Amino acid sequence: MDLSLLRRRSEFEWAIEPRGKMRVPGLLFASEALVRAMDAKVYEQVTNVAALPGIRTASMAMPDAHWGYGFAVGGVAAFDPDEGVVSAGGVGFDISCGVRCLRTRLTRADLEPKKKDLADALFRAIPAGVGSRGRIRLSGEEMDRMLRGGARWAVEKGFGERGDLERIEEGGQMRDARPEAVSDRARARMRDEVGTLGSGNHYLEVQEVKEVHDEAAAQAFGLSAGDVVLSIHCGSRGFGHQIGTEALREMVDAGRKHGIDLPDRELACAPVRSKEGEHYLGAMRCAINVALANRQVLTHLSREVFGSVLPQSDLTLLYDVSHNTCKVETHEVDGKRREVYVHRKGATRAWGPGHPGLPDRLRAVGQPVLIGGTMGTSSWVLTGTESGMRASFGSACHGAGRSMSRHQALKQWNGKQVVEELERRGILIRSPSLRGVAEEAPGAYKDVSEVVEVTEKAGLARRVAKLLPIVTIKG
Amino acid sequence: MPETSPFETFAHDADIGVRGRGSTLAEALANVGMALSAVVTDPESIREVLSVEIACESPDPEILLFDWLNALVFEMATRRALFGRYEVEVEVEGGVLRARAFGEPVEVARHHPAVEVKGATWTGMRVAREGGSWVAECVVDV
Repeated sequence: MDLSLLRRRSEFEWAIEPRGKMRVPGLLFASEALVRAMDAKVYEQVTNVAALPGIRTASMAMPDAHWGYGFAVGGVAAFDPDEGVVSAGGVGFDISCGVRCLRTRLTRADLEPKKKDLADALFRAIPAGVGSRGRIRLSGEEMDRMLRGGARWAVEKGFGERGDLERIEEGGQMRDARPEAVSDRARARMRDEVGTLGSGNHYLEVQEVKEVHDEAAAQAFGLSAGDVVLSIHCGSRGFGHQIGTEALREMVDAGRKHGIDLPDRELACAPVRSKEGEHYLGAMRCAINVALANRQVLTHLSREVFGSVLPQSDLTLLYDVSHNTCKVETHEVDGKRREVYVHRKGATRAWGPGHPGLPDRLRAVGQPVLIGGTMGTSSWVLTGTESGMRASFGSACHGAGRSMSRHQALKQWNGKQVVEELERRGILIRSPSLRGVAEEAPGAYKDVSEVVEVTEKAGLARRVAKLLPIVTIKG
Repeated sequence: MPETSPFETFAHDADIGVRGRGSTLAEALANVGMALSAVVTDPESIREVLSVEIACESPDPEILLFDWLNALVFEMATRRALFGRYEVEVEVEGGVLRARAFGEPVEVARHHPAVEVKGATWTGMRVAREGGSWVAECVVDV
């Protein structure tokens, strides 16, 4: 990105001053190196979002921002309930895609002799990849209960423990979900996909806590160097994709009808207080519940596997974050506490210490912010900060993004070599698709460590621990 | 002039573009369907053991492409199927598309499916006549 287009507010804050149709400034949180490396399209997309009706404070981009459909991935924008809009492009296709991290009460030393058995057993138990089906078949009323209940529904069905729920955003259940706003096609795509991992960059990973950066927070999170944790990265599967696709089609007409001038069809949006806006919000909240139920069922399957391979293990939830959402939250806007519709697309909610929405045992430290890496590279646990609450509506980065297209990756690597190379480094990969492994090769992604370092320096969240993979199940 | 292939995929950031060409709009749409299959697997590896009928309608050819690809994504997802051949008819005047897709259920060991397609997008969307032929293309989210 051309730095001359920006005004540097501080070392890690870059503003795009309002011009033309922009209603608020653009605001990029990044180091000079990350801004220089950012796609010029991010500038255009942040600027476009700043022109949407009812946007408040600024159209923001997190340090890992890159080109996305309509909104940049890594985009954060809050809208007024009365004057603002809700945008399917501001949430993304994989609604409520997110990361869940579980502690295992195992150390690397406990795991090492059983590592291969665990990898094979997880691969057998976790449905992953194209064409896979889950164990659960849902129809009619049971589907509606899941769409309303999320992880709470899953726990009531015996998938997990009641104590899991307080460690999930929204207590595991997104309120105001409206199953009647969900199409038959979306239901058909979800009938047997609850408890499946999916494909692409989704994974289930056994990891080791390699570095602790903040002892007090790590202690509060129950993490020590050498501990083994389990991380699950996936979302609302075909259901969310279907809701997103339908909204993208319907909102093009809705935008026109409500006189919203869009420079890009992918920005498709509707007023919050409109039939179309309410319809999307109702369906999107169902998709959030689908993602929460999905990660809950995958947690249950993982507990079964750990219980049989390593009976001394005990999987307890550290936290579950979603990084593609639109949520109603209260933030300070123009000096007053106001309700706003916060869109986070490829951005993680990062509530600071003292937030009433956090469980008692986390309130003093802040919300765990889980940042996924890619196969073979590090992941991170961060914690929300008070400065982030003020600067970015309590939002932080979500990952690093690709540095190379799938085409380039396929030319550069073959799946078997990638698996063998990682095995030499002590990382076991299990995947039904070697082509998928090649397309997801670690070298095809940017380094997430630089992104989290800048996230900390920009004050959006603070680093707590670095995680390295031991076993990766890829879709 | 080099001969252009009837269908191809092209690189686009984290996702993939699909492109089909043909002497008619119907043929270009059939070929963009082949490109969609190629995102997941080698279309040559797909046998014909099932067929699915698909219909969509829009006077706007770009919306027709969007709906056609999303209908295919839906059928692939719910049937766990891959398609290796398409018969497409389009009434250009009314924008009515009727098609049959031929293929088989996914067999992981043989197809090595790389990735699921989440949906078609408006990005890079183009349906146009170029010289004497039609081209239909857009980026799909994977």
